[in-house]
Amino acid sequence: MTLFKIAFRNILRNFRRSLMTASAIAVGTIALVLFGEYLSFVMVGLETGAVLSNGHLTVFKKGYFDFGSGNPAAYSIADYQSDIALIKNDPVLKPMLNVVTPTVSLFGIAGNFAIDTSKTFFGFGVVASDRNKMRHWDEYQLRFSRNFGPLGISDDDANHGVIGVGMARILGLCAPLKVANCPAPPKPKQEVVADAPPAPNVPGLSAGDRAAADATKTDLAPRIDLLGATAGGAPNVVSFFVNGVSRQGIKELDDSYVGMNIKLAQELLYGRGEHKAVSIQVQLKRSEDMEAARARLATLFAHHHLDLEIHDFKDMSPQYNQIVNYLSAVFSFIAVIIAVIVLFTIVNTMSMSVMERIDEIGTARAMGVRRGGIRLQFMVEGWMLGAIGATLGIVLASLLAIWFNNMGITYTPPGQSAPVPLLLRTHGVGGLLFTVWLVLMLIATVAAIVPAGKAAKMKVVDALRHV
Amino acid sequence: MAKAFDGPVVRLKNVVKTYDDDGLKVTALDGISFEIPSGHFAMIVGPSGSGKTTLLNLIGCIDTASSGTIEVAGQNVAKLRDNAITDFRAKNVAFIFQNFNLFPVLSAYENVEYPLLLIGMKPAERRARTMAMLKSVGLADFARHRPNQLSGGQKQRVAIARALVKHPEIVLADEPTANLDSHTGLQIIELMHQVQREQQVSFIFSSHDPQLISHAEEIFAIRDGKLVEHKIGEGQ
Repeated sequence: MTLFKIAFRNILRNFRRSLMTASAIAVGTIALVLFGEYLSFVMVGLETGAVLSNGHLTVFKKGYFDFGSGNPAAYSIADYQSDIALIKNDPVLKPMLNVVTPTVSLFGIAGNFAIDTSKTFFGFGVVASDRNKMRHWDEYQLRFSRNFGPLGISDDDANHGVIGVGMARILGLCAPLKVANCPAPPKPKQEVVADAPPAPNVPGLSAGDRAAADATKTDLAPRIDLLGATAGGAPNVVSFFVNGVSRQGIKELDDSYVGMNIKLAQELLYGRGEHKAVSIQVQLKRSEDMEAARARLATLFAHHHLDLEIHDFKDMSPQYNQIVNYLSAVFSFIAVIIAVIVLFTIVNTMSMSVMERIDEIGTARAMGVRRGGIRLQFMVEGWMLGAIGATLGIVLASLLAIWFNNMGITYTPPGQSAPVPLLLRTHGVGGLLFTVWLVLMLIATVAAIVPAGKAAKMKVVDALRHV
Repeated sequence: MAKAFDGPVVRLKNVVKTYDDDGLKVTALDGISFEIPSGHFAMIVGPSGSGKTTLLNLIGCIDTASSGTIEVAGQNVAKLRDNAITDFRAKNVAFIFQNFNLFPVLSAYENVEYPLLLIGMKPAERRARTMAMLKSVGLADFARHRPNQLSGGQKQRVAIARALVKHPEIVLADEPTANLDSHTGLQIIELMHQVQREQQVSFIFSSHDPQLISHAEEIFAIRDGKLVEHKIGEGQ
C-alpha cells in the first residue's frame, strides 16, 4: 500500500511533468481507440454487407465452389427443398437461423435489341420474400437497410427484376428507369419504350418467355432479353422486365448484374428440366453462431449422406479477408509507432524522476530497502503513469466517439454501393478498449524498467553523496 | 530499553579503504582499529577530509572496506551479500543525516513509520510505536505535516524519531547539527542523548561542533585516515 501511496504522491509531486506524460499516453490511447473503433466499424460493415448479400453460410453441391461455374447444372443441388426443410427443422440449427433460401446464379447475354445492344450478364435468382428478410439483418445496428430501395423482385411475378446501374447504362435503360447520374449511350439508335417490340423469335424460346412477351404491351417496365444456355447446352431466351436498378459496389458486377426471381433463373438455366438450386444460403441471427452452425450442418449432411459442402461469407467474399488483413496491418503499424512514443516518453520521465531523487534512493537503501524494492518503486510509478494516461485516454476517446457519431458524417464503405453513416463503433468494443488500456499500461511499466534498474544499481554512498 | 546485544557494537580491525580516483589511488582510511561498547554515545572527530564520513559509511554497512574486518552488532558484515546486508541494515542500523533526508512525499508520521514497514511490523504495533516516538521527540502535533512544513530542528527531530523507532543496535549520525543553528543543534544533541539513554542504543556521530564533544562518552580522533587519538569523554 505504501508503495502505491509513495508512487502516487511522487507522480503528483511534479504535477506538470506527470500531466504531460499522462497526456502523451492519453493521446496515444485516443488515437488507437478511435482508429480501432473505426476499423471495427468498417469490419462489421463489411461483414454486414457480406451477410446481407450471401448469408453467413452457403451450401453448394460438392465441387461447385471450385468447378461449378463452368457447368452449373452438373453441380446444382437437385432436391434442394428437402435439404432446406432438413436444415430448417433441425432442432440444433433452428434457434440460430434467420433465413434459409435457395439461389440460382448463371451467366448469359442480356440484350436490348431496340437499340441493338447486348452485354454479358451475371444473373442471380432469389426468393424475393427471403431476400427481403435477409436485407433486414442488422446485428451490429448499422442501419444499412435504411439505404435500400425496393428489392424490385417479387415472389409472384417471375419475369420482373432489377439490373445493375452499369448494366442499365450499357443497355441504354437509364432514361426509362430514371436513374440519376447515368448517361445515355452516345448515339442511340432507338429509344427504349415501355411497349417495345416483342423479343426476336429465337428457337427454344421458353414458355415463360412467351407468356412474358405477351404481357409486354401492358407492362410499364422496360424489357430486355436474356439469353442463357440450358444444362444441355441449348440456347434459352426469356424476356425480362426491369423494375429498377440495384447499384452494386463493384463496377464489374454493377455492369453485369441481373437480379431476378429464382423461377426465371431456373427456367434459363435448366429449361424444361428439373429445377434445381445452385446454392442454399443460410443467414443466422448472430454471427457468433457461425462456426457452430457450420459444424452442425456438416454433421447433418454427413448423417444424411448429402454430397454438399459449406462455405462461410469469408470464403464467398475474398476481399473481406484481404481488407480485414490490410486494416489490421495498418492498425498494428500505428499501434507500434504509438507504443514506441509512449515507451520513450515514459523512459524520459522516469529517468528524470530518478535523477531528481538520487538522494532519496540512497536514503531508502541505507534504511534497508533492497535493490528490488527501489526497482519496484519506479516501475510502479511507470505503471501508474501508464494507467492514469490510458484511463484518461479511454474516457476521452469514448466521449470523442459519441461526439463524432453525432456529427452525421457519411461515407461509402468497401463493397457497398450507397453512402452509410461513418461511425466509430462504440458497442461491442470492450475487448479493444481493454486491450489498448492494458497494452499501453504494460508498455509504460516496461519502459520504467531501464531507469528503475539504474536507480536500483546505484551505490548507496554515491547516492547519498549526491546533492 | 535494554538491548539484546552485549558485546562491542562495533569492532574494527585494521580497516583500510582506498578509492580509485581516475587512476589515482586515494587512501581514505589507513589501518583503523577500535571497538565501541554497546550503548555508548561515541563521537568521531577530525578535520574535513580526514575520513570521518567514510568510517561511518563502513560502520553503517553502506560501503565496503578494501581490507580489514568490520563487525557490527557481532556480525562480520563483509561476509554478507547485498540483500542480506540490506536486511541487516533494516534491523540493526539507523542513520541521521546532515540534510535530514526525510522523504518529501511522506508526512512526519509516515517518515517515522517507514522503517517499521521495512521490518514487517504489524500495523497496530507500528502505529503505537510511531506515535510514541513522535511524542517523545515532541512532534505528536505535527504528525500530518510534510517535511516542507517543518523547521530545520523539527525535521531533524523527525529524523531522530525515524532512526530510533525500530530500536536499532546502532545509530549513525554524520554531522547531525551542521545545518542547524547552535541553539537548535544543542537541543538536538540533548534529545539524541536523552533517547540514547532511554533506549540504551549505541550512537556514533561525526562532528566539528565543539559543543557536542561534551556529550560524548568516547571520542575517536582521526586525521588523514588514521586513528590519532581515543579518549573517554565528559558525557559519561
